[in-house]
Amino acid sequence: MTDTVPRINTPNPDAPLPLEAARLTGDATAADIESIRRRTSVYVYEAPVRLWHWINALAITILIVTGYLIGRPLPTMQIAEAYDQFIFGYIRFAHFAAGMVLTVAFFGRVYWAFMGNHHARQMFYIPIFNKRFWSELFFELRWYFFLEAEPKKYVGHNPLAQIAMFFFMTLGITFMMITGWALYAEGVGQGSLPDTAMGWVLGLVQNSQRLHTLHHLGMWAIVVFMIIHIYAAIREDIMSRQSMVSTMISGHRTFKDDRVE
Amino acid sequence: MAQIETFYDVMRRQGITRRSFMKYCSLTAAALGLGPSFVPKIAHAMETKPRTPVIWVHGLECTCCSESFIRSAHPLAKDVVLSMISLDYDDTLMAAAGHAAEAAFEETIQKYHGNYILAVEGNPPLNEDGMFCITGGKPFVEKLKHAAEGAKAIISWGACASYGCVQAASPNPTRATPVHKVILDKPIIKVPGCPPIAEVMTGVITYMLTFDRLPELDRQGRPAMFYSQRIHDKCYRRPHFDAGQFVEAWDDEYAKKGYCLYKMGCKGPTTYNACSTVRWNEGVSFPIQSGHGCIGCSEDGFWDQGSFYDRLTNIKQFGVEANADKVGMAAAGVVGGAVAVHAAVSALKRAQKKTQDKVEG
Repeated sequence: MTDTVPRINTPNPDAPLPLEAARLTGDATAADIESIRRRTSVYVYEAPVRLWHWINALAITILIVTGYLIGRPLPTMQIAEAYDQFIFGYIRFAHFAAGMVLTVAFFGRVYWAFMGNHHARQMFYIPIFNKRFWSELFFELRWYFFLEAEPKKYVGHNPLAQIAMFFFMTLGITFMMITGWALYAEGVGQGSLPDTAMGWVLGLVQNSQRLHTLHHLGMWAIVVFMIIHIYAAIREDIMSRQSMVSTMISGHRTFKDDRVE
Repeated sequence: MAQIETFYDVMRRQGITRRSFMKYCSLTAAALGLGPSFVPKIAHAMETKPRTPVIWVHGLECTCCSESFIRSAHPLAKDVVLSMISLDYDDTLMAAAGHAAEAAFEETIQKYHGNYILAVEGNPPLNEDGMFCITGGKPFVEKLKHAAEGAKAIISWGACASYGCVQAASPNPTRATPVHKVILDKPIIKVPGCPPIAEVMTGVITYMLTFDRLPELDRQGRPAMFYSQRIHDKCYRRPHFDAGQFVEAWDDEYAKKGYCLYKMGCKGPTTYNACSTVRWNEGVSFPIQSGHGCIGCSEDGFWDQGSFYDRLTNIKQFGVEANADKVGMAAAGVVGGAVAVHAAVSALKRAQKKTQDKVEG
């Protein structure tokens, strides 16, 4: 790199030699130290966002496994008499419990979109009127098609990720919560709270079997999202210019270089 | 015509004692889920109210609703037909035929305009100006509209009138259309089923005549007292469902043991009806009790929900034999494959770049 490349930060030349401890005992080479001096981090994901992410991930995993088993039950088991055996009941219980956790967590997440920092709001909208957004989206697509040598730096989601988050998570989870609670309301019964709140969905879809199928298809959409999400997170953790996986643990986005773009 | 007789008058005329009449009122109250305090109200209504005229018309249908209706045990269809309602026109049940029948039809409409109940069995096809169903020399849809114009309320008997049933199954060549999509300005009560349970049919009529209003309806316009719970909610095989004990094949040991038919495509969990409580043929049995899953005949579009024997329904949009799992697994497979290829290319690119950097550096 030459000095003509603009830098975000210029290390203070008067500062004392940094990281004495790292130099002596922290396995640091001279090149490492030069790199560390330039690295910066941005606090992106606050604790509630991170907490939501992992609770959501756990709930979704449970929901997918149990949901699949509800649609396609395990082979018949005869462990005890029917009144003493509750296998399918427990599977359904786990599904409903995880669904309730997911719902509460999602409402908490929406609350935090209002209370939290700027980045807490990003997954709830797509800046469709921002022309720059679309050109940046195009750029990110080119990066994924191997047509760009290097990606850009992003503090929050990149435009492609923002679209995926919005459709699969914000809308996807909402769809699953609406259909899921409507199905749950059927079991709790007419006049119950879930029925009062969500029973209208069954009135709209008319046939419960159809509603089941829609809910089931929604599950697969989320499975597809999970595959893409986990792959992209690991890939970008390795190949992009910033941290990905650790950011959702610590909340800090760190960058691997200090070039501006 | 002189004053119309009350229910009580007719019953007494038939030799029914006051004591039997009161028993009947008690039974009806119990059947409708009403408390003992309603018995005198029912008795009072039947003693004072004139019988309500009913016109019963038949469109595209198989008459299974009528067949079911005449087998009602509590109350006996005879009681309903002869005592409670004044069934002035029903081209299937009435003795008159041809012009005499049509004359009775017109006469009832004119005489009781605004006061009669229209019971519709079957539905009108709308394609080709309704020519796929002609009754009395006219398209049925015209007869239906004519009869509906002066009706106080409409009962949609069965899946045909309520949802369309088999003649409205995709692709619905005759455009068979349920009654509520043709008649928009009358209160309509749907009593779906193919056919509906006889006791449900007579119970609904009894309620309407006794209280002179529609029973409480659910969101889909069905009487809540019979359609507010799924077959599944009251199924006697439910413990096997919760235990995870299912019939795996029609002739297996579990079928003999009477395990849950969920895996055999039973639509009990998605079907609102009273079969598992009221049951059929004077409470003898119902499909699940006889070892066959529910086919969901009282649900909207039940013919289009795939096989009666699959738990997951086929989704036509994705090909003939695809259900949600097949579609989802295919999508996940394609995406997973794409991800794998993308990862491989990414790794190659990265290796290439590293080599280049080394050469340049």
